[in-house]
Amino acid sequence: MIVRRLLMAALACAAFAAEAQPADPALDARLRKLESELRCLVCQNQTLADSDATLAGDLRREVRALAVAGKSDAEIKDYLVARYGDFVLYNPPVKSVTWLLWFGPLLLLLAGGGIWLLLIRGRRSRQDTDAPAAAAGAPEDDVIARAKAALYEEP
Amino acid sequence: MKALRYLVPLAVFTVLLVFLWVGLSLDPREVPSPLIGKPAPAFDLEQLHAPGKRFATADLKGQVWLLNVWASWCVSCRTEHPLLMQLAKANVVPVVGLDYKDKPADGREWLTQNGNPYSLSVIDQDGRAGIDWGVYGVPETFVVDKQGIIRFKQIGPVSVESLEQKILPLVRALQKS
Repeated sequence: MIVRRLLMAALACAAFAAEAQPADPALDARLRKLESELRCLVCQNQTLADSDATLAGDLRREVRALAVAGKSDAEIKDYLVARYGDFVLYNPPVKSVTWLLWFGPLLLLLAGGGIWLLLIRGRRSRQDTDAPAAAAGAPEDDVIARAKAALYEEP
Repeated sequence: MKALRYLVPLAVFTVLLVFLWVGLSLDPREVPSPLIGKPAPAFDLEQLHAPGKRFATADLKGQVWLLNVWASWCVSCRTEHPLLMQLAKANVVPVVGLDYKDKPADGREWLTQNGNPYSLSVIDQDGRAGIDWGVYGVPETFVVDKQGIIRFKQIGPVSVESLEQKILPLVRALQKS
C-alpha cells in the first residue's frame, strides 16, 4: 500500500516536472532557427521569431506543438505553406513562377558580361584602325611618341 | 547601329518602369491563399449563441455558404458590418461567422449592439480554426461551394464593389451549378 502510494507520488511529481519543464535547449535552438526562416503574415517584414503579433504567437505555439509531436522541419514548413502559401517562407522554393527570382540575377550578370565584351571589342577594333602600327613592334614607344606629339603640338 | 545605343537603354528603362508600376499597384498585404480551389478545412466548434450546441463545416455540405471571420476587437469589421446586415436581410446565402480569438461574452455583446447578420456564429477562442483557414487579417470572408470547396477569399472588409462584382455573382453561379 505504501509502495503504491509512493509510486503514485513519484508519478505525480514526474508528470508535474514534465509539464513545468519546457527547458529543452536543443528544441529551443531548433525552433528558433526554424522560426527565423518563417515570415509573420501580420508584420510582413518580420520573422515568426521576432514578431510580437498575436498570430505569430499562435503560430509559434502550433510550430512547437508539431515539433514536440515529432514532425520534421520540412513537415512543419509544409503545414504552414498549405495554409498561408509560399509567402511564409523567407527562402522561396524553386518553381516555374520563381524562376525569374532565382535565375534573374544570373541573366543580368550574363547580359552585363555580354555588353562589357561588346564594348571591349568595339574599343579594340577602333584602336586597331587608329594605330595599325601599335600592334607591331614596341607599343610603348608608339604611345609615348603619340603623347609627345600631342603635348608639344603647337596650337 | 547608332540608334540602338539610345534605344536599348530606353527599352530597359521602359521594362523597369512597367515592373515598378505593377509592383506599386499590388497590395503586399493581400497574400494569395493556397486554399482557393481546395476543400474547406473542417472544423467542429461550439456555437456562440447556443452553448453546448456545435456546428461543423460538414453540416452545410450541398449548400453554397460564406464564412466571415470577425471579432469584437476587430476595428475594420465595423466597416463591413452594415453590408453584412444588408446581405442577411436579402437572404441570398447563409453566412457563418467565425468569432476569432474573442471572448464569447464580448462577441455576443458586440452582436447585440451592432446587429447579428450571421445565420450562426462559432467560437474559435484559441484561433486554431483560423490558422487552418489561413486567416491572418480579420475580417476575412470565404465563399464555399456545394462540394465544400473554397472558391474565393476576401482579405479585409467586404466592400460594395467586392460584394456586387465578385462575391454575389460567384454565389449565384455556384448556386445554379
